[in-house]
Amino acid sequence: MMPAPIARLFPRAQPKAAAFTGLLIAAAALAAVPFVLGMNFGNSWVRIVDFALLYVMLALGLNIVVGFAGLLDLGYIAFYAVGAYLYALLASPHFGLHLPLWVILPLGAACAALFGVLLGAPTLRLRGDYLAIVTLGFGEIIRIFLNNLNAPLNITNGPQGIANIDSMSVAGHALEKPLVLFGIALPSLYLFYYLFLALAILTMFICIRLEDSRIGRAWVAIREDEIAAKACGINTRNIKLLAFAMGASFGGVAGGLFAGFQQFVSPESFGLLESIMVLCMVVLGGMGHIPGVVLGALLLAILPEALRYAARPMQIWMFGRMLLDPEALRMLLFGGALIVVMLFRPAGLWPSAIRRREFASAEKET
Amino acid sequence: MSELLLDARGIRKNFGGVRALSDVSLTIHKGEIYGLIGPNGAGKTTFFNVLTGLYTADAGHIDFAGHRLDLGQAHQVVRAGIARTFQNIRLFGNMTALENVMVGRHTKSRAGVWGAVTASRATRAEEKAIVARAHALLRYVGIDARANDLARNLPYGDQRRLEIARALATEPGLLALDEPAAGMNASETAALRHLIENLRADGITILLIEHDVKLVMGLCDRVAVLDYGEKIAEAAPEVVQRDARVIEAYLGGPVQ
Ligand SMILES: Nc1ncnc2c1ncn2[C@@H]1O[C@H](COP(=O)(O)OP(=O)(O)OP(=O)(O)O)[C@@H](O)[C@H]1O
Ligand SMILES: [Mg+2]
Repeated sequence: MMPAPIARLFPRAQPKAAAFTGLLIAAAALAAVPFVLGMNFGNSWVRIVDFALLYVMLALGLNIVVGFAGLLDLGYIAFYAVGAYLYALLASPHFGLHLPLWVILPLGAACAALFGVLLGAPTLRLRGDYLAIVTLGFGEIIRIFLNNLNAPLNITNGPQGIANIDSMSVAGHALEKPLVLFGIALPSLYLFYYLFLALAILTMFICIRLEDSRIGRAWVAIREDEIAAKACGINTRNIKLLAFAMGASFGGVAGGLFAGFQQFVSPESFGLLESIMVLCMVVLGGMGHIPGVVLGALLLAILPEALRYAARPMQIWMFGRMLLDPEALRMLLFGGALIVVMLFRPAGLWPSAIRRREFASAEKET
Repeated sequence: MSELLLDARGIRKNFGGVRALSDVSLTIHKGEIYGLIGPNGAGKTTFFNVLTGLYTADAGHIDFAGHRLDLGQAHQVVRAGIARTFQNIRLFGNMTALENVMVGRHTKSRAGVWGAVTASRATRAEEKAIVARAHALLRYVGIDARANDLARNLPYGDQRRLEIARALATEPGLLALDEPAAGMNASETAALRHLIENLRADGITILLIEHDVKLVMGLCDRVAVLDYGEKIAEAAPEVVQRDARVIEAYLGGPVQ
């Protein structure tokens, strides 16, 4: 009875053996990604993909709030910031604390969830544009706090940010050093890739399970008609707060990973533009549809970089010399691509079957 | 008559200067079909909204099945056993008919985040039971064939039925229907009447707002009449029909 996602991702209907080989092939392909990229295009591309995986987590988290529960959140990056700064404060010389990753990540998730509830509680009665404005303000407040909490007591080190953050270590191995396994040396960037991939898949798994559950249905019911949801016995206040908290906790985990990966955080990484970027990933991919959101995140994280690389040779090839700064051109092309996609695929690149129908019938009506 | 189910006392609701309800009291007995009628703007829907917790009353209280209702807390009212439909249909348009009814099982199921993510045995069993129950309810109201259609794409009459199925999913003791026959043709109305009779036979008490006089007179055991937020009559349908104040309210002036 349920539409696509679950059936497609975990093909239960197929014989077990076929499903297992499919899974093996997918795992092998994902494991090979950094090797293929690193050897053919250089390690900077592995780095880009590492970041893309963080964006997958962010987009999946925001999708719970925006896609499932229908609550427009323009300050989502604040939770990313909370997770990142928590990691920075608990594992750096700044306070002299050096807690391990497996303590900080759950703590970051919990702390971000708490901030999610803090944002959610006063906005329970708001919807649409009004909610967007309040959440936008919330995001800015967090950033401004981070910028200014260096006096009288230096907590965040202000605009300079926090440097020399500990690298993450998994099973006793610090990921900033390469790992030699069966005679193959795995560069640090590859190790981050595998860690982020594992957590991105876990996030996706949690989202899929939630979507097709009593909680997920309650979120969608609130998105569709809040009053009717109340009349069905849904405690809309709690269920909305749960959406904010769940979404925020994914952001918090991604933020922690970001801090351990960069080993440096500063407030400027958490501006409004970042919030909008994550929102674009959700909308462009297909709001509320998990595979679509993942696709959107990967595309929007990788495409601008690809455009940056392509801009230079393209110009030389077309005009014989550089006319425009690749950086300026990149954003132009990026914006143009967004507009084209939204014009031709308003439901997103990979919408759920239901949303596609919804947009189709909306078009017929107008 | 039989056991008292609902006892509303002195319900008052103002919207700015408008007295939508002034001290309305009424009692509903277990197993009856109770009609609530009155001219447009009399306050019928407002009474529903107060009863089901969507509005808070300015005064008054309601006892249901011996317990005081927590007015203004819609989800508590549903848990207490009162379900409703809406005058202007409110379905979850982009969910399928089946999913709409599944949402109605919310209060009768328990799975939380942990259960959902781990897909524990209890959660899976519960989920299976929800689907089975939802199908059974769609069959009960006669639209099981449309289970996988989006609610917004159902024909009007089926949407009304779906709303009833969704309300039934909460296992109500009292089902409050706000103009269920509005916009229906004669054969749809006849089918609706049949459905309501079935509901009564299955032990569900019904509070019915309806403008279709024939339907109200044919179905209801007792009828209350609201006019400008005041209850002006409460009696068996044939008595109410002859009541001078009621006739005056409907014709908008004293009768010659
Ligand atoms: N949310 C609201 N805000 C302000 N006034 C309201 C509100 N809801 C209802 N009213 C007013 O209260 C009065 C009663 O309205 P109500 O909807 O209860 O009437 P009704 O009996 O259901 O009428 P109808 O038969 O047209 O559905 C009307 O004057 C209406 O304008
Ligand atoms: Mg009404």
